[in-house]
Amino acid sequence: MNREDFPMIGKTIYFDNGATTLKSKHVIDSMNRYYTEYTSNIHRGDYEFSLMTNELYDGTRHIVKSFINGKNSKVIFTIGTTESINMIVFGFMKKKLKKGDIVLLNKAEHASNILPWFKLKEEIGIEIDYIPLNKNFEIDIDNIDTNKVKVISIAQVSNVIGDVRDIKKISDICKKNNIYLCVDGAQSVPHMKVDFDGMGMDFLSFSAHKMTGPTGVGCLVVKEELFKEMEPLYLGGGMNLDFYNDGSYELHTDESKFEAGTPPIAEVIGLREACLYLEKIGMDKIHEYEVELKKYLVSKLEKNKRIIFYNKNSNSGILSFNVDGVFAQDVAIYLSKHNICVRAGNHCAKLLDEEIGISNTVRVSLYFYNTKEEIDKLVKVLDNDNILREII
Amino acid sequence: MDENLKRDIIIDNYQNPMNKELIDDSTYLKVNQASESCIDNLDFMMKVEDNKIKDIRFDGEACAISTSASSIMIRSLIGKDIDYAKRLLTNYKNMIEEKEYDKELLGELMVYDTISKQPNRIKCALVPLEAINKMLEELDNEI
Repeated sequence: MNREDFPMIGKTIYFDNGATTLKSKHVIDSMNRYYTEYTSNIHRGDYEFSLMTNELYDGTRHIVKSFINGKNSKVIFTIGTTESINMIVFGFMKKKLKKGDIVLLNKAEHASNILPWFKLKEEIGIEIDYIPLNKNFEIDIDNIDTNKVKVISIAQVSNVIGDVRDIKKISDICKKNNIYLCVDGAQSVPHMKVDFDGMGMDFLSFSAHKMTGPTGVGCLVVKEELFKEMEPLYLGGGMNLDFYNDGSYELHTDESKFEAGTPPIAEVIGLREACLYLEKIGMDKIHEYEVELKKYLVSKLEKNKRIIFYNKNSNSGILSFNVDGVFAQDVAIYLSKHNICVRAGNHCAKLLDEEIGISNTVRVSLYFYNTKEEIDKLVKVLDNDNILREII
Repeated sequence: MDENLKRDIIIDNYQNPMNKELIDDSTYLKVNQASESCIDNLDFMMKVEDNKIKDIRFDGEACAISTSASSIMIRSLIGKDIDYAKRLLTNYKNMIEEKEYDKELLGELMVYDTISKQPNRIKCALVPLEAINKMLEELDNEI
């Protein structure tokens, strides 16, 4: 659907939406307008178009809040999910946690939701434990041991297996046991209706570039009551009230406290447009369509006996597989020769190989602008016993 | 070399690689060769005695080009002395980088003589070379 909105569609078949999505002309035009009609910094100018930029920039927080239903939240602009998670870990948890406290992760998480916690473990001696995965490599919520657990940090949709985690159920467990819940929404916010308040999240991180928006901007959504306890990781202009000869200083108390320096203004405007655009299509409609596309892809690929599946049944647009006897990257190179873009590798989930017994897979990650015709082409091209010969 | 023959040799070495199995032996030199730009990740081990390469082994997950190149290179080097190995590796690198090289010396490794035409494959072809070079350097440092 909406293929006419994407200038890049037509040249290639783009199935690497988990990595980044194509950009809509609405997003591109909105950013171009900032660069060609009203370039200005925020919170500084008194001229007309700088005030307009202020409104667009700060107004985007309300649009994001409405997009993820976070009435009781604060929206901080970051450079993306990775920075958002680092801000949670080092700007909040470092102060709140102590030696021996357990942070619960799982082995299907992306590096950005593993490494900051490893670093915090080095720094203050927290313990890291993993929620077990079941035979489908999906998390087993019923087997969460909450003893000494102070944080659960989890992707709502995992980027390799594509399983949709029951955040409401996890948040009920968290509430009962005084556990902070940090949700990595990089693969969920672009693809389904996310309900920050309703699902009981404390923190939500996501990136604009995975939802038709620009690179270099993302959000950290923080529950209002926790917001005032967060510390900024960077200090500088635009986030202080005043500072004095004796070395003392006062900082802002709103979101700008966490946005030192000139932020990515054009990108925030692009993010704004992306939220409005997706909302107009309808997030439920997008999710439903992607799941339908994935089912179609699986049903077609199942006829190819050389395909090894890892997540046939997960309820998202992500399919990870291998072609028997051909290395994942060779498959990706082969598909590239047919103008089909997929991702090969471990997809930054480097602990997952312990579970699935293989490090690398081919990942097709779908978005609402993909079609059954594109899937037919992929299926046809993969139905070939000579893939290896054709890439050498 | 005929293009089809090249393909046969590469595929045969990918599907039935020589010495693609590590052993537990502390007398071997060892190195991990993981690429930052692609997903090849191979472990190598090499035994040198009396200035001769007695054995090279490897294992891990990697593409058709780096796996087959490892296999062919291992076959070309086992039983050879260190000076010969260094000459062969230099010539192989020259071939991959489109410089002058000795075709006679490279033998079966000539299957990669046009790999430079596929820029995304050059690094793959260099995986075993870099691993073996690292182990040879380690050997030089020990002496």
